[in-house]
Amino acid sequence: MNIVVCVKQVPDTATERKLRSDDKTLDRDAADGVINELDEYAVEEALKLKEAHGGEATVTVLTMGPAKATETIRKALAMGADKAVHLTDDALHGSDALSTSYAMAQALGRIGFDLVVLGSESTDARTGVLAAMLAERLGVAQLTLAKKVEVSGTSIAVERVTDYGYDKVEATLPAVVSVVEKINEPRYPSFKGIMAAKKKPVETLSVADAGIAADQVGLAGAWSVVAEFAVAPPRGAGTIVKDDGDG
Amino acid sequence: MSEILVLVEHVDGEVKKVTLELLTLARGQGAPSAVWAGPGYTEEARAKLAEYGAEKVYVADSQEIVDYVVAPKAELLAQLVSAASAGGVLIAATGEGKEIAGRLAIKTDSGVITDAVGLGEGFVADQSVFGGGVNVRSRVAKGTPIVAVRPNSVTPEPAAGAGAEERVSVTLSDAARAARVAERVKEEKGARPELAEAAIVVSGGRGVGSAEDFALIEHLADSLGAAVGASRAATDLGWYPHQFQVGQTGKTVSPQLYIAVGISGAIQHRAGMQTAKTIIAVNKDSEAPIFELADFGVVGDLFQVVPQLVEEIEKRK
Ligand SMILES: Cc1cc2nc3c(=O)[nH]c(=O)nc-3n(C[C@H](O)[C@H](O)[C@H](O)COP(=O)(O)OP(=O)(O)OC[C@H]3O[C@@H](n4cnc5c(N)ncnc54)[C@H](O)[C@@H]3O)c2cc1C
Ligand SMILES: Cc1cc2nc3c(=O)[nH]c(=O)nc-3n(C[C@H](O)[C@H](O)[C@H](O)COP(=O)(O)OP(=O)(O)OC[C@H]3O[C@@H](n4cnc5c(N)ncnc54)[C@H](O)[C@@H]3O)c2cc1C
Repeated sequence: MNIVVCVKQVPDTATERKLRSDDKTLDRDAADGVINELDEYAVEEALKLKEAHGGEATVTVLTMGPAKATETIRKALAMGADKAVHLTDDALHGSDALSTSYAMAQALGRIGFDLVVLGSESTDARTGVLAAMLAERLGVAQLTLAKKVEVSGTSIAVERVTDYGYDKVEATLPAVVSVVEKINEPRYPSFKGIMAAKKKPVETLSVADAGIAADQVGLAGAWSVVAEFAVAPPRGAGTIVKDDGDG
Repeated sequence: MSEILVLVEHVDGEVKKVTLELLTLARGQGAPSAVWAGPGYTEEARAKLAEYGAEKVYVADSQEIVDYVVAPKAELLAQLVSAASAGGVLIAATGEGKEIAGRLAIKTDSGVITDAVGLGEGFVADQSVFGGGVNVRSRVAKGTPIVAVRPNSVTPEPAAGAGAEERVSVTLSDAARAARVAERVKEEKGARPELAEAAIVVSGGRGVGSAEDFALIEHLADSLGAAVGASRAATDLGWYPHQFQVGQTGKTVSPQLYIAVGISGAIQHRAGMQTAKTIIAVNKDSEAPIFELADFGVVGDLFQVVPQLVEEIEKRK
């Protein structure tokens, strides 16, 4: 089985995150880049599915992002993924969800897959649309917001989280899955894993390599634009009272 | 005036409040057309949609639409966008709503804005990002504007529309039937309002101390007719079910009133609740960051404060 897990590098939520005043895109240099927390669950689930297949599977990490996103790729490799593809090109800077899904679908077409696993949401943009968009673009089953995933042969079943509980959903591979937190407990990379990750292959893809039309991505190609933005004014100090328990 | 499509959220045949909010917003952009997808349509539902401004009510109430994940609803909407030359589409920014919006955007070659908290002239959307730190105004640059709007972003206001019913049939593509819903599992959640939609939310955090003591939070919530939420610390500890987690990796809520009890106010928690209209915090630590955004803060022991609060509310009822 060919599993591709999509991993995004995001600014650390613990630091102050900003948009750039020049082109209104995320200021990636202002904050430390870390692996999107939910994507650790995606990597863990991919590794667990591989283990459930007696190791008869390949787990490929796919990241779209600037050069420094390699740190995040190494983290996923250190957890145990086999290899990685890094889609990186200045032309991709400023891509919106439509462009990102297009570029990633192109890369996935090149890599080939039975199963694509994503986190359900990134902590920076939080659109929560990418998995559904990939399923749409690739014309494969969408099994998103999963809290449980089971694959047997070419059948896949997930428990999809809903407002009222969950839906049991079934499909045939290939498929796109997104996972919610609590589906598993992501492993910590071992020392051995970290060392091994340094030697695992990371293929770099440019826009041209992946057959991506440059005018469909980046700021100029995006389907949506940020018109303006402002740092939110503080909510204003409210009334604070002390209650000593005497009413 | 161009038609603005509003995807109706409904449960057990009843139109959800968020749909009335979307109709209210849609009136500012054109002529609202409600789109009913899935079984359960009734004359009462039509009347309700008309009461809030729907000029048309498109009805596609076949079972098939809900038998598969997300894709059929996107296909239905794509068909209507083209048939009606719609000026825009509004969908509730729930987990599923955003996915429908995403697939629809691709089908119609349009941009999508997620998690809007307001909508101005020309479909310019307000977003509140990075845990509320930055306010963004964005708009769709290509195609038909598709906007997923957070529940409770506006107060629904009635304004009669014609509510003309129009039946639509969709022929689903094979791709739309790829993921089949085999079973729906309803987890017991009692009589409380749904978290994402509730006008009032009372949340408990690590300060509550145990699963048993969450009864205190539930008690306060019930006295106010509120939904119950929890911080991640509380859900991680197993004190309250995970689906009630509020924040970055949980639900985003935007109620009229949010009461945070024994919650420190970490940035990841704030990301899920900071667009609440009014915020009340109860915390024994006067330095807790939650007080930075509280309109009303009580520094004190929650085990003293909350029961007194409940007593006071019950007295005033
Ligand atoms: C504050 C902010 C608001 C934005 N709002 C919008 C908007 O309303 N509409 C819009 O079209 N665009 C928007 N964008 C742009 C959007 O962030 C990017 O297009 C982004 O690449 C995809 O959205 P996401 O990260 O929210 O994906 P999500 O759908 O939230 O991410 C889900 C999963 O997709 C995978 N993934 C996402 N990006 C990558 C990547 N680059 N490489 C590998 N895997 C990835 C990960 O597994 C992740 O867990 C916004 C950006 C910012 C910074
Ligand atoms: C990537 C990422 C995503 C995250 N996503 C989320 C998320 O979605 N939602 C979320 O909530 N968190 C999230 N977190 C976790 C977040 O950082 C905090 O750890 C969490 O919100 C803390 O929960 P808390 O406020 O209940 O606990 P604490 O921070 O421990 O605060 C407990 C508070 O209770 C007060 N207290 C204790 N006893 C009493 C008493 N008797 N009376 C009154 N007050 C009392 C204390 O003074 C303290 O302020 C995320 C973290 C990361 C890294």
